[in-house]
Formats: sequence, C-alpha cells, structure tokens
Amino acid sequence: MMKQLTPPLSEKQVRQLKVGDVVSITGQMVTARDKAYARAIELLRAGKMLPLYLRGGIVYHSGPLAIKNKSGWNILSAGPTTSARLDSMQAEFIERTGVRALVGKGGMSENIADALTRLGCVYLAFTGGAGVLAGQAIKDVQKIYWRDLGDAEALWVLRVQDFGPLIVAVDTFGNNLYARKIRLMKANDDSGSRRNDRQRNGRHRHP
Amino acid sequence: MLSEAEFRGAIVEMLRRAATALPKDVIEALEKCEQRERDKIAKLQFECMLKNLKLAKKLNAPICQDTGVPIFFVKLGNGVKLDFDLVAGIRKAVREATLSIPLRANLVDPLSRVNTKTNVGDGMPAVHTELTQGKRLQIDLLVKGAGAENWSRLYMLRPSEGELIERAVLLTIGEARGQPCPPTIVGVGIGGAAEVACLLAKKALLRPIDEPNKDRQLASLEHRFVLAANELGIGPMGLGGKTTVLGVHIEKAPCHTASLPVAINLQCWAARRASAKLVGDRMRIEVP
Repeated sequence: MMKQLTPPLSEKQVRQLKVGDVVSITGQMVTARDKAYARAIELLRAGKMLPLYLRGGIVYHSGPLAIKNKSGWNILSAGPTTSARLDSMQAEFIERTGVRALVGKGGMSENIADALTRLGCVYLAFTGGAGVLAGQAIKDVQKIYWRDLGDAEALWVLRVQDFGPLIVAVDTFGNNLYARKIRLMKANDDSGSRRNDRQRNGRHRHP
Repeated sequence: MLSEAEFRGAIVEMLRRAATALPKDVIEALEKCEQRERDKIAKLQFECMLKNLKLAKKLNAPICQDTGVPIFFVKLGNGVKLDFDLVAGIRKAVREATLSIPLRANLVDPLSRVNTKTNVGDGMPAVHTELTQGKRLQIDLLVKGAGAENWSRLYMLRPSEGELIERAVLLTIGEARGQPCPPTIVGVGIGGAAEVACLLAKKALLRPIDEPNKDRQLASLEHRFVLAANELGIGPMGLGGKTTVLGVHIEKAPCHTASLPVAINLQCWAARRASAKLVGDRMRIEVP
C-alpha cells in the first residue's frame, strides 16, 4: 500500500519513513535545480526572504517541459533531474530552507545522505526519464518564480495529486539505497601501484 | 531531386518521433529485463518506464523532459545532388522542432550559461558527416540527455594495458551508478585517436540492442562486458537489481602503435534515436 505524504511535513513524520517504503505526494511541490539552489542560498545567507515559504515543504529536482495556452500552463513532461549535481549545496539548502523531503533521481553522495539524517529530511526517488508519468500527476502550475534563470531552472510551484510511485531511497536512519558496495569499487581500492597513473590522469581515475 | 522543404520536414518528424517514442529493440529489451527482475523496487522502476512510454505515445508528448541535444550522423554519397545547404537545413529543422514539438531549450553558452532558446548555436547541433559513394543519403539521429552524457570518459591506456579496457568500462558504469538513468546502453570506442575513439563510442549507440558486432571477437567482448556490468548490482535507476545495462556496443579502429585510446559513452534507458534515408526524391523515416 502506498503511503500518502501531504506537505507541510513535520520532522516526526519524515523520521518515520524507511528506505524501500513506497510513497506518493498530494499537495504542493516546488521545483529547484542548480541555479535556483545557488540563488536561494545566496539570498538566505544575506538574511533575505525567498519568494515562498519552504519550511516543511517538498522540493522537486526537475526542469519541466511545458507550454502555455489560454487556460494556463500545460505540463508535457516533468520527470526528475540528476540530484547529485546539487550535492555541494544540498546540506546548506536543506538547513536554511527547512525542507523535509527532496524528490529526484540518481541519488546523492554519502556525506550528503548523512546530512539528511542530521537535518531530518528524506530523499525520494522517482523513475528518471518517466516525464509524462510525472506530468500526469501535476494538476496545476500555481506560480513560477525566477523565470529570469531560464524556464528549466526556475521555481515552479506545482499542485500534484498522487505523485508517485516514489521510493524512499535515503532515510533518516542512515540508510541509503545507493550506497550498497559495488565489488569493482573494492577491487579498485587495492590497486595502489596505479597511484601515479591516477595523478597523471587528473580527475579521471585510471582503471 | 530532394527539396529543402522535404528534407527539413523529415528532420522535424525524426526529432518528433525520437522525442516521443523509443525504437522497437529498446522497448523489447526493457520488457525482457522487467520479466527477469525479482526485486520489488527494480520491477517497479521498469513498470514506470514502460507505463511512461505508453503515455508518451498516447499523448504525443516527450518521453523525458530532458529532450537532450540532438546529434546527427550523415552519410552522403557523391551521386546525391542537393541544391541546398544540408547542415543549414538541419539547423533550421531543429529550431522549428524546438517550437513545434516542443523540445526543451537546452543549449547554453558554456561560460556565460545564457540559453540560446532554439537548441541551435555556433557548431551545435553537431552534424558528423561521412562522405561515401553512390546515391545514398542516410541520416541517423541520437538524442542525448545530460544525465548520461555527463559520464562520458576517455582513457588513453598504454598499449600493453589491453586487459584494462574492461576495467575502464566497468569503472565508468560503477562511478556513474544511478545517475545516467540505468539500465544504460554502453558505447565503447577502442583505438583510432582521442577524438576517433569518442566518436566511435557515440556511433556505437546507434546500433540496435539486439544486434551484436559483426566482428566475432568484439561480439564476444560485448557479451562478456554485459554480464560483468549486470553483476555490479546497480540496477534500474541505481536502486539495485539485476539490470544495470541493456547492452554494450563496441566499435574499433586501428590506432598508433604507441597508443590505446578507449572512449566510453553512455545512453540512458530512454535511448532515443531515429533513422531516415533518401528513397527517390523523398526521405523515408525507418526508426522509430
């Protein structure tokens, strides 16, 4: 049975979720990605306000594809984007905004997953590439802020119904579905003799 | 003679079909993988993918909101007469398709990050042209989203390190984990020179999944890499499972005796591509 999440979410509510739980969202969800994250952090650091209140809210890593017609915005495709691109800003963003759930795809690095435990926030995975399926659950575009960043990078305030299935992929107990050990990675750690090659090749590790 | 309007119309239609439907071989591969998975979450990922494909078709909507950047491969025979600029025609078609389908405007200046708003800019979309003999004109289109393209790798191995090719491929897949939207198709270019290997890796993605390399040695490497990649357990969307790749496609070219370039290019499960060729004075779209 799919558990329904209706924001605003309390810390207690999200701390009950466990990896592997399948949930869906009904209510408000706000998109944000690279540029919006950077601007939000900049504003909050300067003690300024965001155009909307995110405490207890749900942020969706997505840049929707939509067309505007007479009756408003029509979402064509709005699946999740790669969450890990936001890793360097994630913890500060959650801390300063007070969001309780992130929706994205592909996971995040382990130190960010640890920060979620501390901050009381969960990571929910939606199937990447399933843009039309996601779009069908978006019932209304309530507002778009920061369109000057480009439509894909703006803050889309969405009203969604039964948005899912979402997999709880990082919970507040330190569990992270993406962190399972991969055999190859272990084997690679043993190849100390290749250290010089690795340095030569810069960021790309030598196989 | 092929008219510019006919050509441009065909390119727009290729872009539309590629954005909204997957080739048959990809759909069949996804269905087969769904059957094979036992894990509940992995199965659910495949169910969502397949449901999304049906919805995209029904609503004529782009499968994924990242409609990518289009990469064109053109084979042009010396017997084909054209009275228009082929590359300019492709650029116009991309501009038109961006508005009419619509496609998301993804192309930005690499430094200022200002969006061109048309998916067209200096040197993009890329049109890789191969000049051949005869009256042949073939256009192949790959749609590349950033999630998968960002994990492209080039390794300049030492000639004595042939056994490291497999590790290079597995390391790329292993580091990327869930980010390129697995199960991916893995294009591998071996040899040539740095840019030749990269192009081979990308071209390898044009080959249907059910079609192994005609070279038996490469076909057996492809088979081995698929088994090894699926042993990693990354699974669909990185959430764990038996299916990490849909296929591994390898292409090779001779290289300098002192070099061993290996390039890797990943394509997401929404492996969008299209093909068309000139028949008489019209373009016939064959995939999807």
